[in-house]
Amino acid sequence: MNIVRSHVLVCGGTGCTSSNSPEIIKQFNKELDKRGLSDEVKVIQTGCFGLCALGPIVIVYPEGSFYSMVKPEDVEEIVEEHILKGRIVKRLLYEGDLKEAKVATSLNDTNFYKKQKRIALRNCGVIDPENIDEYIANDGYQALAKVLTQMTPEEVIDTITASGLRGRGGAGFPTGRKWAFAAKEDNPVKYVCCNADEGDPGAFMDRSLLEGDPHSIIEAMAIAGYAIGAHQGYVYVRAEYPIAVKRLQIAIRQAREYGFLGEDIFGTGFNFDLDVRLGAGAFVCGEETALMRSIEGHRGEPRPRPPFPAVKGLFDKPTILNNVETYANVPWIINNGPEAFASIGTEKSKGTKVFALGGKITNTGLVEIPMGTTLREVIEEIGGGVPNGKKFKAAQTGGPSGGCIPESLIDTPMDFESLAAVGSIMGSGGLIVMDEDNCMVDIAKFFLQFTVDESCGKCTPCRIGMRRLLELVDKITSGNGTLEDIELTEQLCYHIKENSLCGLGQTAPNPVLSTLQHFRDEYIAHVVDKRCPAGVCKNLLRYQILAEKCIGCTSCARVCPVGAISGEVKKPHTIDTSKCIKCGACMEKCKFGAIVKN
Amino acid sequence: MKKSIEELNAIRERMKQTIQMRSDNSNNVRVVVGMATCGIAAGARPVLAAFVDEVNRRQLKNVTVAQTGCIGVCRLEPIVEIYEPGKEKVTYVKVDENKARMIVAEHLVNQRVIEEYTIGAAK
Ligand SMILES: Cc1cc2nc3c(=O)[nH]c(=O)nc-3n(C[C@H](O)[C@H](O)[C@H](O)COP(=O)(O)O)c2cc1C
Repeated sequence: MNIVRSHVLVCGGTGCTSSNSPEIIKQFNKELDKRGLSDEVKVIQTGCFGLCALGPIVIVYPEGSFYSMVKPEDVEEIVEEHILKGRIVKRLLYEGDLKEAKVATSLNDTNFYKKQKRIALRNCGVIDPENIDEYIANDGYQALAKVLTQMTPEEVIDTITASGLRGRGGAGFPTGRKWAFAAKEDNPVKYVCCNADEGDPGAFMDRSLLEGDPHSIIEAMAIAGYAIGAHQGYVYVRAEYPIAVKRLQIAIRQAREYGFLGEDIFGTGFNFDLDVRLGAGAFVCGEETALMRSIEGHRGEPRPRPPFPAVKGLFDKPTILNNVETYANVPWIINNGPEAFASIGTEKSKGTKVFALGGKITNTGLVEIPMGTTLREVIEEIGGGVPNGKKFKAAQTGGPSGGCIPESLIDTPMDFESLAAVGSIMGSGGLIVMDEDNCMVDIAKFFLQFTVDESCGKCTPCRIGMRRLLELVDKITSGNGTLEDIELTEQLCYHIKENSLCGLGQTAPNPVLSTLQHFRDEYIAHVVDKRCPAGVCKNLLRYQILAEKCIGCTSCARVCPVGAISGEVKKPHTIDTSKCIKCGACMEKCKFGAIVKN
Repeated sequence: MKKSIEELNAIRERMKQTIQMRSDNSNNVRVVVGMATCGIAAGARPVLAAFVDEVNRRQLKNVTVAQTGCIGVCRLEPIVEIYEPGKEKVTYVKVDENKARMIVAEHLVNQRVIEEYTIGAAK
């Protein structure tokens, strides 16, 4: 008799993998084997559960015990106590509210999950992404079967249009409309592409989806192929995502074996196949025309539109390109109906959005929320607030193309329109939280540095304009800026936005513009008072020793790498500011709080 | 091997029960088997297996078979408790494999508590 009575789910996402989850799986198998439990208990490697800050995560079902920060040494105890004797290992449980409750608690009751709604991430952390049967168990490939046998291509497109689904890659273009454009083209060869380039710093939604539920993307792309009349698809994914690439390749192989990819799918005569193309990690290759050039084997450079890819795309054929998360919603919409999807979210932004929460936030991780959830709910409730008792200052959305939302606008609903109205964008879902220790000018400079590096150089406004812009902002943060420089910075931003060839240059000044809009006083403090209010910009910092607190222990002088501190033993010391490199080592070393920076 | 839609559905049905275990549905009926040392010594392990098997065989939806530690009345082990939303908890004692299968059939399927197996009937 082989009855599985318990499942041990271990997160195999990139975050948990890098904190040793493969070793945990190995230990579980070893410990279970030792006790003859291997047939009763199944160990499954899943995708991301979302709570990356507390990884590695292990969930034991049917009890649903959510163990966090599990170490390989803890495994023996979990097996011995929980699996063998039914006693939950309380010390490893996540969060107080689960610890207090009895065995029967639902994860959905925790603050982290309560306000989330998982559509795109429905299978992440639930199924084994390397096992097609588990995907099938959760209604996998039902949508493809339904579409091929019961719906016309027009009906598929109408369904997607009616759902209100908009592109999750950044621009928010209505997906149904995009498909309709490509379907209209009369051409025997068309293509379906998936954008898994995910170049925004701090974003990992698409990676987690591919790692946790690759079959949903495959199924959706086949559906899209049927809808527009394409027989070949490409997933463009960056080579820096090795786990995602491997799982996607395994999934494609399994789908081919079952005949869900290939010829005559479900005996309907429809053919569709899929290949993976690896990107080298250039940000501009996430832009649709550059991405297609890259798939063709050329240098990834954008070209002006029109013609739009729906008319003339990959290999000059009609092509649709959608983001990973956009596709992940498609099978759900087909299975549950467009009304179900449209009932979630706001009037113009339907459904949910996945965000990668990062920065100064307690629960770093992956969250999926109904559109229109406020920033406050995401940060204070789901995210668990700003750690270390610091004050929330701003949230950055949309990465290098986006902007900052200040504390005063924390009740902004997270949807396409509301975010645009406050000078930011939805973007692809990066959400970086900043506290009082972050300098907003420095943040803008960070993103500028990124876009300057990533500009492909094809058009002048972006190639040269962005570099000049960076120089201006750098001048401001070094304390050499003037009020005129702030004016000039602003003008240059608009000039670059209006004249660049592609979306990269057209949006690259946004981080500057939005910080100028909401934090102009910080720019002014840098140029007028020659002061960085957050104490970040090195050139404007001064380290000073308070004579009344210094007892002359000399430890600061000994730790200073450039010999900038002098003084006699047992007498107050001083810092030579012309030599000081502002590394902060002295301040860290001083036990008497005698060193201050301002 | 290429799959037809019928085969796709067959895989789904076969695998559904497996995945079911991972749902966090607090409305589920919960069958909880005492699996502390006392329970295991009295034969709780095959009882747990019998519950899982019977629930799977009958493809019962919304039933979770879980284990717990010592329930406290060790002399009456193996003990099984059944929690149904909105109802009193029912505690069965001295359960064996046959009783387990009977409990699934009578209690979970036909909604009839088997009084003579319950703690109230035990001396
Ligand atoms: C510089 C730049 C980088 C981009 N990077 C990505 C990316 O990493 N992933 C993505 O899905 N879209 C990215 N986009 C947007 C794509 O051009 C395109 O709009 C999107 O993939 C369309 O899919 P959707 O309609 O499903 O959102 C980028 C755009 C620009 C201008």
